[in-house]
Amino acid sequence: MDISTIILYAITAVLLIISLIKSRKKTKKALKKAWKAFENILPQFLIVIIIVGVLLSILDPELISKIIGSDSGWLGVLLAAVVGAITLIPGFVAFPTAALLLQGGAGYMQIGAFISTLMMVGVVTIPVEIKYFGKKTTIARNSIAFVFSFLVAFIIGVVV
Amino acid sequence: MGTFKKTLKRYIGLIVVIIAFGVFIIINHELGMKALNVTFFSLKEMLLVIPPIFILLGLLDVWVPKDTMIKYMGEGSGLKGVVLALLLGSAAAGPLYGAFPIAAVFMRKGVKFSNILVFIGAWSTTKIPMLLFEIASLGAKFAFTRLLIDIPGILIIAFILSKTIPKNEIDKLYENAENL
Repeated sequence: MDISTIILYAITAVLLIISLIKSRKKTKKALKKAWKAFENILPQFLIVIIIVGVLLSILDPELISKIIGSDSGWLGVLLAAVVGAITLIPGFVAFPTAALLLQGGAGYMQIGAFISTLMMVGVVTIPVEIKYFGKKTTIARNSIAFVFSFLVAFIIGVVV
Repeated sequence: MGTFKKTLKRYIGLIVVIIAFGVFIIINHELGMKALNVTFFSLKEMLLVIPPIFILLGLLDVWVPKDTMIKYMGEGSGLKGVVLALLLGSAAAGPLYGAFPIAAVFMRKGVKFSNILVFIGAWSTTKIPMLLFEIASLGAKFAFTRLLIDIPGILIIAFILSKTIPKNEIDKLYENAENL
């Protein structure tokens, strides 16, 4: 368990205890709401997790490295952005993977695009996002973030 | 029977995906097993990080009055609301899909739409725990360059979205959030 998860648990535990001391009834209501919100989205969560599992088994670092080498130019940036947009990799896997990709010959500009879309664009999570934000906002947000990632890639390519 | 049918309808997509996954494993055993491993890994991550997020969401819903949330992050909260949204999102842990249910509670509490978008943006890109990890893997120069571009980026994207999405669409989302 990493440090941020431990802090998250500690904060939750403290607040839950304070809530319990103040009112058992309200705490029960809060937990009920938490469960309802979780169960509401559970099927979509599980679908996302399975699809990500399959995608990651196909797109291994070696393959990605080949696609987005440092001499791959803007086409490589585009492909890196697409791969990042589709996949959903937790940060503590994504960053070491990105470091490996750099060692494996990927360029900084391409990695910048990959990391940026990885974080901001979520094709696999679009059904979940639509449930809360509707089609218009979801598609607009993901599209703008995708385009914005090219700016990120460009600046990182120049600076780093 | 009514609730059973409802539940089945909600889970039918998942059932289809699980069956397809099973077929995939049978067809390509090696890749299938690899995919199964990754899936269990993500599932473990979800079960680890998601419960506290949802408990916090429940506590927020029950204990923080709507007026308070409106005062700090609603219409007319100005810069204070934007900064608060940015900080709350950056302090987060967990995958982006954990942020959406929190956004729904924010909607119920009358948080301004653009602030919710800033919160989502910050959750996706400027999480502090992840930043430390990014520095360790890709170097400080990479991490801080990205951070410096992403903060204005988040604000600009939130601004564009809240200006272009029609008011009645936003109202519909807020109404819908009451049932989530």
